[in-house]
Amino acid sequence: MHESAAQIFINALLANNFVLAMFLGLCPFLGVSGKLETAFPMGVATTFVMLVASLCAYGLNLLLAYFNLDFLRLISYIVIIASSVQLVEMVLKKYSPALFRALGIYLPLITTNCAVLGVALFQTAREYDFIQSMTFSFGGGAGFTLALVLMASVRERLTLSDVPSVAQGTAMSLMLAGVLSLAFMGFAGLGG
Amino acid sequence: MSQQTVSTLDEFMEGVWRQNPTFVMILGMCPTLAVTVSAMNALSMGISTALVLIASCWLISMVRNIVPKEVRIAVYIVIIATFVTVVDYAIQAISLELYDALGAFIQLIVVNCIILGRAEAHAAKNPPIAAMINAAGMGVGFTIGLLSLGVVREILGAGTLFGVSLFGADFQPWVVMVLPPGGFFVLGSWLLLFSTLERRKQRKLVEATQNA
Repeated sequence: MHESAAQIFINALLANNFVLAMFLGLCPFLGVSGKLETAFPMGVATTFVMLVASLCAYGLNLLLAYFNLDFLRLISYIVIIASSVQLVEMVLKKYSPALFRALGIYLPLITTNCAVLGVALFQTAREYDFIQSMTFSFGGGAGFTLALVLMASVRERLTLSDVPSVAQGTAMSLMLAGVLSLAFMGFAGLGG
Repeated sequence: MSQQTVSTLDEFMEGVWRQNPTFVMILGMCPTLAVTVSAMNALSMGISTALVLIASCWLISMVRNIVPKEVRIAVYIVIIATFVTVVDYAIQAISLELYDALGAFIQLIVVNCIILGRAEAHAAKNPPIAAMINAAGMGVGFTIGLLSLGVVREILGAGTLFGVSLFGADFQPWVVMVLPPGGFFVLGSWLLLFSTLERRKQRKLVEATQNA
């Protein structure tokens, strides 16, 4: 692995954006992107979970490799992610109850956000070292937040425009996501 | 007896059509969009997911009376992860080429909301046979959803279907269809088509009641 940390970061943030290029974490992307004020905290919470999960997954992977227990990888990753989501939930509930209520059901659903498990699985598959893993998960989280915020801004604008009634709802969101994804294709090759 | 057959079929068809996970419930979007660049990938992803779904719904339904309410989600996740690991290793053994094409998305079946949704909404409340039938219906419905995306994207984006060339050498592939944006556009178009049809059906129904 000769990728520098900067390359990994740019790649995860823009060129291989988790949501728009790799299709990870679409459920919250379509679900929470209605309003800007919930989209951003959601992105930050997911990023935080990603960092914690990535850190634990890195340590755990060493342990599993040492004991030759590769087949337990998936199960143990899921358990780790579920626990870190619980942690974020408790912190939010304590320090920002309003936000906690606004995010509602989507907060525990970070557990089943494939972007989080994706980070853990990809860093294992690509054999990233510690620094690379942390940069990768931070870039991925930032990319997720960026996509979420962009999408929410566009959708807020869209409430004022006259959309044909058949296209309202998910169909329109998907078309929008397609256009955003098209725009992100312009970043291809940026990370080298 | 006939009563039971009807209800069984009904249970099965619910997932295939009325509550189709892809087009009606909009669940499991990540694999739906990510692996449907070709019909073959879509089909194998659909089958793997269906297998995991059936097996985990069966086991969850078996243990539904033993597991305490508070820890049920954790138990479900571990059960699902176990079956996904089995399917993951099986695919690796059957076809390495396919395994590489689907990549991390086989392992990501664990976090497919369809499976956890079915476990919570159906398998945890019904006996094993009913749960399996319902799961099979959902699995078939999901496979149909994946296929309808995969077929369109492969035909438009590569000019082939299941790897067989359709239009000859002169075909200029519409490359964007096999790239990420194409996935969003094709799924969006399918949803548009379905909601248009639904709208038309409702209008006909209204006209029929007015005339009557």
